[in-house]
Amino acid sequence: MSDITANAAVPHQSGAERRQPPVATTGLVAWARMNLFSSWINTAITLALGYLVVRWTIGFIDWAFLNAIWSVPVVNGQAQTQACREIKGVGACWAVVTEKHRFILFGTYPYEEHWRPLLVCVLFVALYIVSAMRRFWNMMLIPIWVVTLTVIGILMWGGIFGLTYVPQERWGGLPITLILSTFGLAFAFPLAVLVALGRRSKLPAIKTLCVLYVELIRGVPLISLLFMASVMFPLFLPEGMNIDKLLRAQVAITLFAGAYLAEVVRAGLQTLPRGQYEAADALGLSYWQKTGFIILPQALRLVIPPLVNTFIGFFKDTSLVLIIGIFDLLTAGKTSIVEPAWQGFGIEVYITIGLIYLVFCFAMSKYSQDLERELNRHRRR
Amino acid sequence: MSETIETEAQIASAVRADAPPAIVLQGVNKWFGALHVLRDVNLSVASGERVVVCGPSGSGKSTLIRCINRLETHQEGKIIVDGIELSDDLRSLDAIRREVGMVFQSFNLFPHLTILENCTLAPIWVRRMPKKDAEELAMEYLTRVRIPEQAKKYPGQLSGGQQQRVAIARALCMKPKIMLFDEPTSALDPEMIKEVLDTMVMLASTGMTMICVTHEMGFARQVADRVVFMDRGEIVESGEPESLFSDPKTDRLKLFLSQILRGH
Repeated sequence: MSDITANAAVPHQSGAERRQPPVATTGLVAWARMNLFSSWINTAITLALGYLVVRWTIGFIDWAFLNAIWSVPVVNGQAQTQACREIKGVGACWAVVTEKHRFILFGTYPYEEHWRPLLVCVLFVALYIVSAMRRFWNMMLIPIWVVTLTVIGILMWGGIFGLTYVPQERWGGLPITLILSTFGLAFAFPLAVLVALGRRSKLPAIKTLCVLYVELIRGVPLISLLFMASVMFPLFLPEGMNIDKLLRAQVAITLFAGAYLAEVVRAGLQTLPRGQYEAADALGLSYWQKTGFIILPQALRLVIPPLVNTFIGFFKDTSLVLIIGIFDLLTAGKTSIVEPAWQGFGIEVYITIGLIYLVFCFAMSKYSQDLERELNRHRRR
Repeated sequence: MSETIETEAQIASAVRADAPPAIVLQGVNKWFGALHVLRDVNLSVASGERVVVCGPSGSGKSTLIRCINRLETHQEGKIIVDGIELSDDLRSLDAIRREVGMVFQSFNLFPHLTILENCTLAPIWVRRMPKKDAEELAMEYLTRVRIPEQAKKYPGQLSGGQQQRVAIARALCMKPKIMLFDEPTSALDPEMIKEVLDTMVMLASTGMTMICVTHEMGFARQVADRVVFMDRGEIVESGEPESLFSDPKTDRLKLFLSQILRGH
C-alpha cells in the first residue's frame, strides 16, 4: 500500500534533489480514504452503515431526551402516568426513575432512614478509591477496611448509637450489591491465593483439599449453591439456630468466587520460571517470604486482566441472589415496576440500572489497565 | 575497601591449612528416577579453597553443587556444610542457606525488584539487618562489582554480564562463607564473559571459599586451587589445574580436554 503511494509521489522532474514528500498515509483524511472508501463496495457499505448509525442515534436522542417525560403529577399518593402511556414508544418515561429512584437504590429500607444506605454507598466508593491509591498500599489498609466495614455494618443494622434497628430482610438495592461483591471479593481473593498455593503444595493432604474445593465448587452452578445456602443449609442447623440469609448467600458467593479466582492465580503461579523459586531458596528466604516478596508479586501482576475479568463477572453475578429473595439492585429495580401505575416502563428502569453497573465495571476495568501499566514498568526496557 | 580485602585474604590464607573443611561430601548418591546422577561422590573443600568442577554436560556437576545448598536432595551419603550436616531438619537448612551464596547460569534476578532491592531483600528479611545498613552494604558490593550507578534500574534494563554481576553482589550481600557458581558464564555473550570472570577473580582474591562449575579453563588455571573432573556422576580425577590439564591420567579426561580445546 504505502510503497505504491510513495512511488506515485515521486515527481518527474529533472532535478533529483527536488523530491516531494510522499502522499500522506496518516491523518484522518488518509485513514478514511484507506479504510472507508477504498473501493466502490466499501464506500457503499460505509454509507449504508453510516446512515443506520445516524438514524438510530437521532431516534435514541428523540426518545431518550427530546420526547421524554421527566416527572409526572402525583395525586393522593398515586402517580398519574397517563401522559407517559400516551407517548409510549415515542418518548422515554424517566418519571419512573425520578419517582422510584429511592426504591431502586435502597429497596424496602425504611424510607426515613435512607440516609444510612446512602452513606454506606458513599463509604464503599470512598473505600474503593482509597484502596486503589498505591500510596495506601501498606499495613494501613487493613485497619481502614476493618473500620469502614464495621461502620457499614452498624449503619445498615442499627440498633446502637440511637440508630433504629433495621432487620436484614428490609435491606435492598445498591447497598446489597456492594456488600455482596465487596465482602465477597475481599474474602474470596485471599482465599483464592491460599488455595492456589495449596494446590501446588508438596503436602498431599493440603493439595487434595484444595483440588477438591476447586473442582467441587466449580462443578456446580452458582444458583444451586445459593439454593443450598438458603434452603438446604438451615436443615443442618440445630433447632432454633438461624444464620442470616444474606450471610449465607455471602458465603456461597465467596466460596464460588474463590474457586474461580484460585485457578486464575494458579495460572499466574505456573508462569514463573523455577529459577525464581531457586534463587529465593538459595538466599535463605522462608516459604512465606519467598511467596510474599518474589512469587505472588510477579504472578499476580501477570494475571491482572483475568483477575479483573473475574471480579467484574462476580460484581454482576451478585444479582443472582434474587432467586433466594434478596433484594439487590436489579431485583429492587424489577420490583419497582410491579406497581400497576408503572407497569410497562421496564426499559427506562433497566437502562438506569445498567448504567449503574456500567459505571462500577468500567471503573474497575479502567483502573486495572492503569495498574497493569504501572506495575509492569519493570518489563519495559 | 582494599584494606578489608587484604585482611580477609590474609586471614583466609592463614587458616586455610588447618581449619576444618568448609564442605565435606561422603559417599553421596543421587538418583533422578532410575537415572543414577551422583555415584559415591567424596569431596572435601577446605575453608578458603577455590575448586573448579568441570566435565561434559550431564556429568552431574550442577547437581553436585545444587546438593550443597539443598536445591536438590541427595538420597545416600553425608553432606556437611560449615559443620552442619544437611538433613530434612528445616533449621539446619536455613542455617546453611544463610552461609552459602549461589550464582546461577540464568542469573535468576527478581525482575520486579530494582537492582538495589534485589540485593537488600535477603539481608533485611533473613539477616534482619536494618534497611539503611542493608542498602549501604548493597551499594558497597555493587561498587565492588563495578555497577553502583545501576542500583535504581530493573534487571531487564541491564545487559547479561551486568545482571550476572548483580547476581554475584546479591549473593555476597548475605555475607556468605561459601559461594557456589553454577556455570555463571554459560548464558552470556562472549564479550560479557570476561567482566563476570574478572569479578569472580576479584572475589577469589578475598579468600572466599568457592566451588565453581565452569568450562572456562583459563579461569580454572588462574584461580583454582583444585580442579575436579566429573563424568557420568563420578569424580574421575582431581588435582591442581596445571598438572591435571597437562597430564591427564584417564582417557575420559583426555577426551574431554581435547573436545574443550578444540572448541577454543
